[in-house]
Amino acid sequence: MNYVEHIGKYFIMLKQVFRKPQKWSVFRETLFREIEDLGLKSLGIIAFISFFVGGVVAIQTALNVDSPLIPKHLIGFATKRSMILEFAPTFMCVILAGKVGSYITSSIGTMRVTEQIDALEVMGINSLNYLVLPKIIAAVFFYPLLVLMAMFLGIYGGYLAGVLTDLFHSEDYIYGIQLEFNPFFIQYALIKTFVFAFVIATIPAYHGYFVKGGSLEVGRASTQAVVWTSIVIILLNYFLTQMLLS
Amino acid sequence: MIEVYNLHKEFDGVPVLKGITTTFEKGKTNMIIGQSGSGKTVFLKCLLGLQVPEKGIISFDGRKHTELDIKSHRQLRQEIGMVFQGGALYDSLTVEENIMFPLQMFTENSKEEMLERVNVVLNRVNLENANKKFPAELSGGMQKRVAIARAIVMNPKYLFCDEPNSGLDPNTAIVIDNLIQEITKEYNIITVINSHDMNSVMEIGEKIIFLKDGVKAWEGTNKEIFETENEAIVKFVYSSNLFKKVRDAYLKKTK
Ligand SMILES: Nc1ncnc2c1ncn2[C@@H]1O[C@H](COP(=O)(O)OP(=O)(O)O)[C@@H](O)[C@H]1O
Ligand SMILES: [Mg+2]
Repeated sequence: MNYVEHIGKYFIMLKQVFRKPQKWSVFRETLFREIEDLGLKSLGIIAFISFFVGGVVAIQTALNVDSPLIPKHLIGFATKRSMILEFAPTFMCVILAGKVGSYITSSIGTMRVTEQIDALEVMGINSLNYLVLPKIIAAVFFYPLLVLMAMFLGIYGGYLAGVLTDLFHSEDYIYGIQLEFNPFFIQYALIKTFVFAFVIATIPAYHGYFVKGGSLEVGRASTQAVVWTSIVIILLNYFLTQMLLS
Repeated sequence: MIEVYNLHKEFDGVPVLKGITTTFEKGKTNMIIGQSGSGKTVFLKCLLGLQVPEKGIISFDGRKHTELDIKSHRQLRQEIGMVFQGGALYDSLTVEENIMFPLQMFTENSKEEMLERVNVVLNRVNLENANKKFPAELSGGMQKRVAIARAIVMNPKYLFCDEPNSGLDPNTAIVIDNLIQEITKEYNIITVINSHDMNSVMEIGEKIIFLKDGVKAWEGTNKEIFETENEAIVKFVYSSNLFKKVRDAYLKKTK
């Protein structure tokens, strides 16, 4: 199949996904399970990575601006900006694409090859709606929260890095992060996250749902899914940035 | 009655089913037999509507697949119970939740009522004290029992089983076979079973359809299999020496 066919099939899939759930009580239950599997279980890794990324960004900036003409509060300012604009939304979503994407593809793919999806269909259940919609909702509502947390922890990580290394003063850093606060940047980051979350839930679902063969193919599909999800996130990031910021 | 007329199914231009015509009656265990790869599973999936045939008519008590809209199709599917080859139990759900799932999805029953029904069917398949276990913790035979329990929990009118005793030891296989036959009689439903196991064919096959090279090569009862001169089926069934001997003994006795 060529790319155009895949893209077409992807959108046809989405049409099946966006139906009214057949039973709200069942939907609610699966939604909570997905929030746990896709969201809460990624809390630790996102906290860990964003904290250290923030630290590294602050240290790097400090090491690279040793000219006395550049004010020291630039370090805090740069860390804040890069965490909010790129590291928290884009970088964290690429991480999630790897972690959650492979999980989604392998769990749906396993259901496909072990005929669990057929079993759903035989019962008269819209399997795409049942399996994918809760994942989309869980990701789209939870990942913005994860990204907000990542922003906060990244900036905090930068602060702690300064305190621990003595490379810059914490007053300068705090002054820097308060400088030129622009709420639109947070909005921009959240809009991106919203879109990325949708991609993270749906592209891996597509790869898993249409897998053919056995466990080997499921593994292969997972790799493919992560690669494509990341590529699409990076491309969309480019276009969204151009659209929203320029 | 399920009627199948001139069913054709191909994959990427390679025909798998080349015009199958047959009927399945109520209260009978119908069996589809044939070599591995002969298209039994594809046939069953066409009946279920999971695969769309290129040509042919499938009608469930007068309701033709092709004439049903999505809603009546889903309605029809709720009247169908299916036991998949590998069980196809939802592995993130416990035994109890697996069986309860169709009830949750399609009925307004209270949790207590649903649990009661779950226990009735678990009892029926002789499986107790497994409610809270996950499918991965069960033996092959127990998984099949759960799959049967799930298939019958909605009181289906039609029951399909894809190689229900593949991968089971002979004893368990017979128990599962008999269980399916008993359920068929008890609930007076239409049962269609895929199998390549001659043991179960002899044991419970009331109507047997033999698939070979995409066509129905033979049709008859398990008694008739002993007497038939049809070359294809004789070759298939009596590739086992044991069955050759059984057949010879049977023919000697009846002559
Ligand atoms: N989804 C599919 N795509 C392509 N070929 C298939 C598909 N399903 C089954 N086949 C082919 O159809 C033939 C019959 O398969 P199947 O019905 O599974 O055989 P059986 O169940 O009798 O062992 C096989 O040659 C198989 O490769
Ligand atoms: Mg098969």
